[in-house]
Amino acid sequence: MNNDTLQTIIQSRSKRKRRYIATMVILIVIALALCCAMLMLGNTIYPVKDVIAVLLGEEVKGASFAVGTLRFPRMLAGLLTGFAFGVGGYVFQTMLRNPLANPNVIGITAGSSAAAVFCIVVLQTSNTMISIASVVGGLLTVAIIYGFSRATSFSIGRLILIGIGIQAILNAFISYLMLIAKTHDLPTALRWLSGSLNGAKVETVMPLLILIVICTPILIYFSNHLEMLELGEQAATSLGVSTNRVRIILLITAVLVIALATATTGPIAFISFLAGPIARRIVGAGFSALIPSGLIGVILVLAADLIGQFAFEAHYPVGVITGIIGAPYLIYLLIKMNRKGDI
Amino acid sequence: MSHTLQTKNLHSGYDQNLILKDVSLSIPENKISIIIGSNGCGKSTLLKTMARLLKPTNGDVYLDNKSIYEIPSKKLARTVGLLPQSPIVPEGITVADLVGRGRFPHQSMFSSWSKKDYEAVATALDMMNIAEFSDRHIDELSGGQRQRVWIAMALAQQTNILFLDEPTTYLDITYQVEILDLLKDLNVKYGTTIVMVLHDINLSARYADYLFAVKDGQLIAEGSPNDIVTSELIKETFNLDCHVINDPISNTPLVLPISRYHK
Repeated sequence: MNNDTLQTIIQSRSKRKRRYIATMVILIVIALALCCAMLMLGNTIYPVKDVIAVLLGEEVKGASFAVGTLRFPRMLAGLLTGFAFGVGGYVFQTMLRNPLANPNVIGITAGSSAAAVFCIVVLQTSNTMISIASVVGGLLTVAIIYGFSRATSFSIGRLILIGIGIQAILNAFISYLMLIAKTHDLPTALRWLSGSLNGAKVETVMPLLILIVICTPILIYFSNHLEMLELGEQAATSLGVSTNRVRIILLITAVLVIALATATTGPIAFISFLAGPIARRIVGAGFSALIPSGLIGVILVLAADLIGQFAFEAHYPVGVITGIIGAPYLIYLLIKMNRKGDI
Repeated sequence: MSHTLQTKNLHSGYDQNLILKDVSLSIPENKISIIIGSNGCGKSTLLKTMARLLKPTNGDVYLDNKSIYEIPSKKLARTVGLLPQSPIVPEGITVADLVGRGRFPHQSMFSSWSKKDYEAVATALDMMNIAEFSDRHIDELSGGQRQRVWIAMALAQQTNILFLDEPTTYLDITYQVEILDLLKDLNVKYGTTIVMVLHDINLSARYADYLFAVKDGQLIAEGSPNDIVTSELIKETFNLDCHVINDPISNTPLVLPISRYHK
């Protein structure tokens, strides 16, 4: 072995590692800054001092209600769903080696939404039941898509096309449910169409917080297996990855996180689609983009919600803003992939 | 340390389509073995089944007399490596990072590189003469350079047995010889047992210590090239009329096909 080669690769990798850590720190700082902005901004702007006082449990006149009861749950919901959609989308896109193969495009969030709207409009069930139903709805959609795409022999292209078809059916079903919904159910049901942080409560985001705390270590543990899967089935197998087992664990974990996030705020459009590719581009291919994807998800959701709340005269739900950002990217990606012959 | 690999009554194939029928063989230790046969004869299926990419429908593959399905996959990957025919390049990855992925079976939970990992990657890069590209992106390299990167990844895995599925496909003759020379280096230097599928019968005869001839999913001949490559065997394996003469460069059999226009 040539010592120069060894030194070169050690230096270059540690340089990139430093860059990776720096990127991570910057993303965390931006996310935290947005969290602060979410707490400070509103009809009344409270200084950081008051916000911290409220978070520490002190009673501050006016601020305690606005920050503690209204803005904090909203911020928390945005933080958690952004992270969930970001990591979940990244897992799908990396595992299936295709940016189109994300829960948003292939109908998994639509499956969760449809189940939730059905519970609200038809069964009139409790919030807990709605959460459970949307998780089941998401898992069921994956099972159906996977089953159909395996019918002859498995292909990722077919999986995506079937997913898009299923998504169209589910969206039609949601529209139908909206039409037959009672007027007083409509506001609740409506947010399942585009996703919104309105009306978030600490109790309703707790299940998602717990799930993320459980699932993130699992995803981190398997993130290097995920990188091996990127090399293709055969290379991954010969490098010692039990591909089927790893795929199923990753798939179920990612779907759980995505589905419960959908149950919490509705399907915030395109986050699971955008976060992964952006994170990948920022950190490069040498390191895992899992956590960066989650952070990008947080940044996108919080920034979009701030824009939706304050940039225009009317208030727009976060999903409308992310939809406006995400749709052109989808078109761009389709054109690019079509040129390369990937679809 | 060298390991033994055997198959017993191996049957294998895709879906309901049985391709490999009753193959029992022993891979010679620390030698280069090459599997030859016509298109669709099952040579690639044989390689894939031995490397655990395809589950046998019947029979089994044994590493040191133990079924490879009883060995944990990561542990197996420290002894048996494979270079697939068309691995996928992750977008934007550098040469050193890709080669480093070959270290996966040696790494514990998190993929932070140990000193051993760096040394294995450096050794593999040097051996394949690609150290100068270590920081480059794979997409910037030529076909021959890329293939050396993939082989370097398999080398970084540091397995005693290495399978290669047509490692010289799509390469011009210069690169073909270069790749095979590098594999021979690996075999001589580390005693690595190499098993590969190769299309070129003459290069196979040059580089193989041992040949396996496959036809219709069955093993029809095995042995050293000088012992088994005859015009009869080529006729039987490839359905090709030929003369076999001595290759003056390597003193191995050289197959000269007889074409319809040149009788």
